[in-house]
Amino acid sequence: MTTIVGGLGTSHVPAIGAAVDHDKTTEAYWKPLFDGYEKAREWMKDVKPDVAIIVYNDHASAFSLELIPTFLLGVADEFPPADEGYGPRDVPVVKGHPELAWHLAESLILDEFDMAIGNKMPVDHGLTVPLSIACGKPDAWPCRVIPLCVNVIQYPPPTGLRCYKLGKAIRKALENFDSDLRVAIFGTGGMSHQLQGERAGVINAEFDNKFLDQLSGDPKALTEISHQEYMMEAGSEGIEMVMWLIMRGALDDKVKEVHRHYHVPASNTAAGLIILEND
Amino acid sequence: MNKTPDIHSIPGTFVFDKEHSRKGYHLNMFCMSLNDEANREAFRADEKAYLDKFALTAEQQWAVLGREWLELLRLGGNIYYTFKLAIFDRISMQAVGGSMCGLTEDEFREIMLTGGKDLQGNPRNGPNVLGDEK
Repeated sequence: MTTIVGGLGTSHVPAIGAAVDHDKTTEAYWKPLFDGYEKAREWMKDVKPDVAIIVYNDHASAFSLELIPTFLLGVADEFPPADEGYGPRDVPVVKGHPELAWHLAESLILDEFDMAIGNKMPVDHGLTVPLSIACGKPDAWPCRVIPLCVNVIQYPPPTGLRCYKLGKAIRKALENFDSDLRVAIFGTGGMSHQLQGERAGVINAEFDNKFLDQLSGDPKALTEISHQEYMMEAGSEGIEMVMWLIMRGALDDKVKEVHRHYHVPASNTAAGLIILEND
Repeated sequence: MNKTPDIHSIPGTFVFDKEHSRKGYHLNMFCMSLNDEANREAFRADEKAYLDKFALTAEQQWAVLGREWLELLRLGGNIYYTFKLAIFDRISMQAVGGSMCGLTEDEFREIMLTGGKDLQGNPRNGPNVLGDEK
């Protein structure tokens, strides 16, 4: 039986990846953030997932305005790091799990979630920074990865409720996949931040901490947050947090919170991390 | 069903909705092209000539050439796209963030280090570098 080992929510700020790549994680600016990531790295080593489903968004790397899939599953054997303008990040190629990815695609579409399917695409910091956070700087990533890319740039992104329900459908698909695989699911993005406009720099620790509380204890309450409320309260780019609800939906209603970390700032962003396991 | 959300009432914020996306399509696609090293070389060699390959308005061209970060958004740019131009210039998100609200990179960085801005866009703590304008 396919086992869900747990869910991990984390920000995916590019500067966090750059701090790893350039060995700055012990510098005064970064140390308080990275100290909180140690526990996540231990958790990854303890639970040893074979596959991580990573819910993330592309930032004008694989997809432009030419094609804007709302939900897309990557089914390829591998996904190269994208050139986002600096040249590709010097991180390992991300290895996929086509068999499980295709099963997910079929199962989800028949379950009325109309996924787009990606056979060839690079992955940007949205996916590789969470891997750096959870795994450090290895020669090869310790698990296979199934990218689940969500549009959160073109308004409107999918609603929080839709994301939560997608998580539930992923759970069902995993339960129907006959394997001894151990699967983790990552929800990434956020937390509060606004990169644009005169209001660039918004941080809302109160909103973020309540979000983390409810993610653990009352996720259904989070599915009622509107896009307007996310953008107002968590900053225009804080709307990325809907992606954490896909991760949450894939877990039991009642979960155990294994670890939480919150730090301001990482570049222009409030960085959060949470690890949840089925109770 | 959802009532029409009041997404345009948020202060100092652009929402990349249908109108914005249509207005900024070519501008954003120009920015996207800078993901490619050969295109970066071509843009570096002659910015104006490279821009002429894209169907930008004169105003959009002006904003690109002048690195008018806030104007680029007004003219349909999306920050994830326009930031490609900042990456090209090797300047940081803090520098761009500062520029959009009339601050230096260091001033903006200081605001972020002291808890960021509140929902009206004023620094939560630290020096009120925005003065009385807000």
